[in-house]
Amino acid sequence: MTAIHVDAAPDATEPIVPGAPPPQPLWLDFWRGIAEDNPVMIQMLGLCPSMAVSNSLENGIGMSAAVIFVLVCSSLLVSLLRKVIPGEVRLASYILIIATFVTISDLVMQAYFPALSKTLGPFVPLIVVNCIILGRAEAFAGKVKPVRAVADAFGMGVGFTLALCTIAAFREVVGNGTLLNHPLFGPNYEPWNFMIMPPGGFLTMGLMFLVMGWWGERQKSKRAEVTP
Amino acid sequence: MISNLAWIFFSTLLINNFTLAMFLGLCPFFGVTRSVDTGWRLGAANTFVLVITSISAWALNTYVLVSAPYLRTIAFIVVIASMVQIVEMVIKKTLPTLFRELGIYLPLITTNCAILGLALFQTTRKYTLLEGIVFAIGAGLGLTLALSLMASIRERMDVADVPALARRMGLVMIIASCLSMAFMGFAGMGSG
Repeated sequence: MTAIHVDAAPDATEPIVPGAPPPQPLWLDFWRGIAEDNPVMIQMLGLCPSMAVSNSLENGIGMSAAVIFVLVCSSLLVSLLRKVIPGEVRLASYILIIATFVTISDLVMQAYFPALSKTLGPFVPLIVVNCIILGRAEAFAGKVKPVRAVADAFGMGVGFTLALCTIAAFREVVGNGTLLNHPLFGPNYEPWNFMIMPPGGFLTMGLMFLVMGWWGERQKSKRAEVTP
Repeated sequence: MISNLAWIFFSTLLINNFTLAMFLGLCPFFGVTRSVDTGWRLGAANTFVLVITSISAWALNTYVLVSAPYLRTIAFIVVIASMVQIVEMVIKKTLPTLFRELGIYLPLITTNCAILGLALFQTTRKYTLLEGIVFAIGAGLGLTLALSLMASIRERMDVADVPALARRMGLVMIIASCLSMAFMGFAGMGSG
């Protein structure tokens, strides 16, 4: 989460909303969700789905598609209605909006991808309480114009997808020896079943944080060498 | 009857522990497990809300959602949030000490995925009222167990010499992995 910029530069067309993010180019709104504010890796939001459904890449892609849909639609609607929704009941209204889109995506998934819907099970309705979506509605979409809200939501969604699919691909390849159900290592590979079971999820996530921490330290020491 | 209830209780408490085997309620598990005391309190508040949720989900399923099952997600989240709010007001009025003990955790719990998860699992498994309540207590105690275990390990970790790059989340995740592995040992009970 970036620091809240209360002293945002005044915008000629838009009245200043307290705590609104400062104006910046659209692609930056998009890029932030992928890199510096990645919801899973940096903000550590939405960890429950990232671990629960990441035991195969197929599940990961299905979950990501649903999350992007809900995130973009609810951010758009929240942003469009930002002047209509009174401040006191905004969280309840946001939750209702999110729940509506989650129900839509759940029903669509049940109708067109019944097998996927069965494996994901209650984790599709559980997108309602995914902190990423409510977090974006509260911190961003409720305070800016619809275009920016959609750019931001799309960036966050792609960032979530990247993180989730990386974890899912790793767990599927190591734990099952397959990728999208195609065997990779031939018949002699002994699958490391541990990785597709719950502890494997925590372990993968832990390894990922360790690698990221190591990389961050290296960058820092490199920068220190350049500018002593 | 009794054996069925006992089976539901122990399987949610240990084998299918909400946090360590089903990845529900991870936010408090990683966020507020810095001291054992907080862990206990949060666990107690959670158990309490889970029981309320279970009862309201059962009521919704039996009386309200019979003809409109597609409204389930929306109805659950609205009813759970308002029930928690009402209970919070009642506790504040009648038991101010308990209210102060639970503090900010009570309203926050509403958006915890364990709560909605419990309601959804209860629906798909078609539990009766009594089974639902036992399920909720088992899930709540399971969360408390996971939270307090994690908190006590992290309290020790504060005084240990941990390499710099593992000091943040990395090591916590790997500890969670070990805990989860330990809980997997209970899975044998299911087949026995």
